[in-house]
Amino acid sequence: MHVFADPTNFDAYVSSFLWILKLTGASAVLALVLGVLLAAMRVSPVPVLRGFGAAWVNIFRNTPLTLVIFFCFFGLYSTLGLSLVDDLDLNNFWLGVIGLSAYTAAFVCEALRSGVNTVPAGQAEAARAIGLTFAQTLRIVVLPQATRSVVAPLGSILIALCKNATIVGTIGLMESSNVMKDLINSNGDAVIPIFLVFAGTFAAFLIPTGYFFGWLANRLAVKR
Amino acid sequence: MSANTVLYDHPGPRARVRNALLTVVFGVALAGLLWWVYAKFDQAGQWEGALWQPFTEGATWTQFILPGLRQTLFAALTGMVLSLAFGIIFAVGRLSERRWISIPAGAVVEFFRAVPLLLMIFFIFYGVPFLIQGPVPAFWAVVAGLTLYNGSVLAEAFRAGIRSVPSGQSEAAYAVGLRKSQVMRLILIPQAARAMLPVIVSQLVVLLKDTALGYIVAFPELMQRGVNDLAANRGNIVAAAIVAAAIYIVINSLLSTLANWLDQRSQRRGFRAQRRIATGANRAGGVSVVEPQG
Repeated sequence: MHVFADPTNFDAYVSSFLWILKLTGASAVLALVLGVLLAAMRVSPVPVLRGFGAAWVNIFRNTPLTLVIFFCFFGLYSTLGLSLVDDLDLNNFWLGVIGLSAYTAAFVCEALRSGVNTVPAGQAEAARAIGLTFAQTLRIVVLPQATRSVVAPLGSILIALCKNATIVGTIGLMESSNVMKDLINSNGDAVIPIFLVFAGTFAAFLIPTGYFFGWLANRLAVKR
Repeated sequence: MSANTVLYDHPGPRARVRNALLTVVFGVALAGLLWWVYAKFDQAGQWEGALWQPFTEGATWTQFILPGLRQTLFAALTGMVLSLAFGIIFAVGRLSERRWISIPAGAVVEFFRAVPLLLMIFFIFYGVPFLIQGPVPAFWAVVAGLTLYNGSVLAEAFRAGIRSVPSGQSEAAYAVGLRKSQVMRLILIPQAARAMLPVIVSQLVVLLKDTALGYIVAFPELMQRGVNDLAANRGNIVAAAIVAAAIYIVINSLLSTLANWLDQRSQRRGFRAQRRIATGANRAGGVSVVEPQG
C-alpha cells in the first residue's frame, strides 16, 4: 500500500474518481431528460418526431461509445472548433458529457419505451375514454406506471454510465483508468494492489448501487 | 398514422391540423439543425473532395478498413465464444448447492460486472507484463477483458434464465432418474438459453462495440486502422470516423434485428400474455432480470 501513502498518488487517485463522479452525475441528468424526450417522440402521433427519435436511437445505440467520444473530441472540438470553456480539462470534461449523454439517452429512451410496453392496453384506452389528450394520457396514466417498471433497467443504465465514464479518459481526462495506468507504469512492483484499489473502488460503489436498484424496483413494482 | 397504437385516438380535424403544425415546426427546426451542421462542416472545409476521395480508392479499403474490420470481427468472435463459455460455467457455479463453489463464483461474477472494461484492459495490457515478465499481446488484452466483463454479464443472464424455468421441469427430470448434471445439461440450460436468447444477442452487440476500445492499446481493429491510421495518412479524421461509424451501425443493426426477431419468435409461443401497449420496443428491456449493459 506504499503507493497510496504518497500524497501525490493519493491525490491523483481521489481526483480521478471525482472526475468519474462528476461525469456520471452530469451525464445522468442530461441523458435522463433527453431520454424522456426521445421516448415521448417515439410514441407520438407525429411521424417526423417518431423518425427523429428512431434515428437517434439507432445511430447512438449501434456506434461504439469510444467512437462517439472520439468524434466529440476530434470532430466537434479539433475540427469544428467547438470550444466550451477555456480550461482544457474542463473542456474535455464537457465534451465527454456531451458524448456520454447522447449515447446513454438512446438506452434510456429504449428502456422507457419497453416500460410503456408493460402497461396494460386497457389503462390507455380508459384514459382516452374519459377524454384525456395524448400528453395527458402519457403524463398522468401511462408514464407513472411505466416508470415504476423501468427502475431496474434505469439502474443498470446508470451503473453502465458510471463505468463508461472511464472511456472519457481516451481523450486525455485524468480519470481513474488513466491514473491507474500511470501508477502501474511507475510502480511495477505493486501492480496487483493498485488494480485492486481502483477496481475495488468501483465495486464498492456499484455493487451496492445494483442491489439498491433491485430493492427499489421490487418495492415500486406495480402489483398486477 | 400507425393504427395499432392505443395511446391516442384517430386524429380528428383539429388533431390533424395540430399534428401537421407540429410536423412543420419540428421539420423546420430539424432542417435548421442539419443545415447548421452542414454549414459548420463547410466552414471547417470538411466537405472538400480531397477528404472523401480516399474512400473511392481501393487501397483505403484493402489496406485500412477491411483488415481493421477483420480484426474487429475476429476479436469479437473469439470474445463471444469465450464469454459464452465463461457465462455458462459461472452461472452453473453460482447455482451450485455447494457453498464453496457458489460463493466464489458469485464473487467473481459480481466483481467483474462492476469493473469498467477499460480498467480491465489497462490492467491486463500494462500491469500483467510486470507479473509474468513478458509482454501481453494487445489482442489478448482486449479479448480477455471482453471475456471477463461480458462473460460475467452473460452468467447473470443465464442464471436468471435457469431460475425462470418452471420447477416442474427439473422435478420431472429427477423423477425419471436423471442425475444433477444431466438435469442441468439436458433440461435447464437448453430452455434457459432459449428464454434468454434476445438478451444474449444484445450483449453480443455490446461486446462487438466494445472491441473499439482496442484502439487504446493499439490493437489494429476497425477504429485503429480505419480511423486513426487512415486519418494519420490522409488527414481526414472526421470523414474517417463517419465512415467507421456507418460500418459499426450496419453490423450492429443486423445483430439487433436478429435479437428482435428472436424475441418475437419466442414471444409467439407459450401462453398469451395480457394485451399491452404496443410501441414496438424490445420486450427484453422491461421484463428480463438482467439488462444488456455497455
